[in-house]
Amino acid sequence: MVTVQPATAQPDARGHFGRYGGRFVPEALIKALDQLTAVYADARADPEFIARLNGLLADYTGRPSPITEVPRLSEHAGGARIVLKREDLNHTGSHKINNVLGQALLTERMGKPRVIAETGAGQHGVATATACALLGLQCVVYMGEVDTERQALNVARMRLLGAEVIPVKTGSRTLKDAINEALRDWVTNVDTTHYLLGTVAGPHPFPVMVRDFHRVIGLEAREQMLARYGRLPDAVAACVGGGSNAIGIFHPFIDDPGVRLVGFEAAGDGVDTGRHAATLSAGEPGMLHGALSYLLQDSDGQTIETHSISAGLDYPGVGPEHSWLKDTGRAEYRPITDAQAMDAFQLLSRTEGIIPAIESAHAVAGALRLGPELGPGALLLVNLSGRGDKDVDTAVKWFDLLEEHS
Amino acid sequence: MTARLAPLFEACGADHRAALIGYLPAGYPTVDGSRALLRAMLDGGCDLVEVGVPYSDPVLDGPTIQAASEAALRAGVRLRDVLSVVESIAAAGGRAVVMTYWNPVHRYGVDSFARDLAAAGGLGVITPDLIPDEAQDWLAAAQAHDLDRIFLVAPSSTDQRLAATAAATRGFLYASSVMGVTGARDVVSSAAGTLVSRVREHALGLPVGVGLGVRNGAQAAEVASFADAVIVGSAFVTAAGAGVPGVRALAADLATGVRRHAAQLA
Ligand SMILES: Cc1ncc(COP(=O)(O)O)c(C=O)c1O
Repeated sequence: MVTVQPATAQPDARGHFGRYGGRFVPEALIKALDQLTAVYADARADPEFIARLNGLLADYTGRPSPITEVPRLSEHAGGARIVLKREDLNHTGSHKINNVLGQALLTERMGKPRVIAETGAGQHGVATATACALLGLQCVVYMGEVDTERQALNVARMRLLGAEVIPVKTGSRTLKDAINEALRDWVTNVDTTHYLLGTVAGPHPFPVMVRDFHRVIGLEAREQMLARYGRLPDAVAACVGGGSNAIGIFHPFIDDPGVRLVGFEAAGDGVDTGRHAATLSAGEPGMLHGALSYLLQDSDGQTIETHSISAGLDYPGVGPEHSWLKDTGRAEYRPITDAQAMDAFQLLSRTEGIIPAIESAHAVAGALRLGPELGPGALLLVNLSGRGDKDVDTAVKWFDLLEEHS
Repeated sequence: MTARLAPLFEACGADHRAALIGYLPAGYPTVDGSRALLRAMLDGGCDLVEVGVPYSDPVLDGPTIQAASEAALRAGVRLRDVLSVVESIAAAGGRAVVMTYWNPVHRYGVDSFARDLAAAGGLGVITPDLIPDEAQDWLAAAQAHDLDRIFLVAPSSTDQRLAATAAATRGFLYASSVMGVTGARDVVSSAAGTLVSRVREHALGLPVGVGLGVRNGAQAAEVASFADAVIVGSAFVTAAGAGVPGVRALAADLATGVRRHAAQLA
């Protein structure tokens, strides 16, 4: 299992994917970003680092994650055969651990004793707290106050793991503001602290580095599809918040022109209601959190507050490589509403006995719509980025609410 | 072309003193309220004002300026209001630069913003999250519209980056005295003096302003002993709570501070 490989499509030396990406951050952070870039380049070329990371991915995370064909769900997909990539089965319950272990090892390599992270759904926070416990690093997680309430289970998990969770009460009190607070902490404590960013957004080198740590998803899935079906899938689907699970599964298929790449964003109440988080569907290029990318912003360049039932997708930005893939036409991005995602959440639970994270339910809902377009017999690979234990409270409220009205 | 701020630094140099630069966000507490407060800063003794553009995601700002920016945005301030505030300062004979995170300018159009700011009488722009490496369009627009471009350096900046940033700068170089976000502090960081002397090795003759943390006349005097400008932000935002008299009084205290060193020399 090789996880860190030279990738086919690279940004330029300063982290630009076409016009997107780059570094729109205070000068105070540049030295740390340069150090991270250098240490990462060095680690990529170090067989010992790669062996250690692959060892953890196998023995600790439980990789490779399996693929599971889901015929009872596929009955609702117009004849297409849906195959799930089971990132929900990873230790800690989502894809986030792939990137976290890589960056945690880099933190050790840089000799920094302290790690900070942002989290939305809490999955990245839990994965970070886990890796810090494993490696004996101090861990502080910033989480929007709204998210600490809707993902309370994960707050408890992080605290059990020894992390300090700081509820963020500024702005929209969700993921965007958690990243703002993490950046403020980083600027203040950068000598001792690594900012373990949880998605493919942020200043260079985060988008390329986080992508590389998640490529294992697509590399495994590609081999697994070839081994089981003797061919590549017709399409690959994933949900897109910041875009890490999507780029992880997309990237190894980018040079396969026959494979459609489709990302599903959170459309909340609907893209035309204004209450959504569908950045690539409805945004325009702008800078947020250190990179130029599509952004939900008003006509004055102020970031717009987003809405999604899914804390992990409730973010007005997106990783710059996705902006580039959208503009080049190599990938497509479509919106999925809260209601569509929750229907898929329930359908997957009831037809296959798999309770997905609400984030991942957006990808499942997308697949159910993509299936009929692909036609009978098509193979549709869906990244099931996480499991739904954390979302049971939200689900109880959502479905009870529907019952009251029916 | 010489810097738009060159006459200011020449005049202060002739007085053997540092310049006093005060920051307040436009639109705080209201657009007209901010006009009056910025006016009071100049009346009280500031040599230059930084008119801040309120922004939804101010990652280099501490709680004081965050709260003021949020209040200004809630009250509905727009980028065109910021330009009108600059215009009224310039019309009254005051000197103003704009301090802004980059996305509002990007969205407005970099060249259009430079053109409109120059037309309003603004002298330059301070860019806390734009480094020269990413600033090609801004450098071209600033050149075309004869505006100063004021970049930041930090204690963590390497010698190579200090030199490159100074080379891209016109007007003055903004030295953040501490690693951290804006906010008044009790003591002036010792990193400030070290950073200023490092800058001087790389950029002889370029004025250096020191900001982040200064809040009273005594601290201003201390910074004025080694820097060409003392920059005060959060303390003015706090003083704005006491209205025009509060802001004027703080400016006067700071103005005395930046002259203390000159008085000792005389
Ligand atoms: C299970 C799961 N999937 C997806 C996401 C969205 O992040 P990304 O788009 O970076 O994969 C999250 C984020 O919290 C998550 O927990």
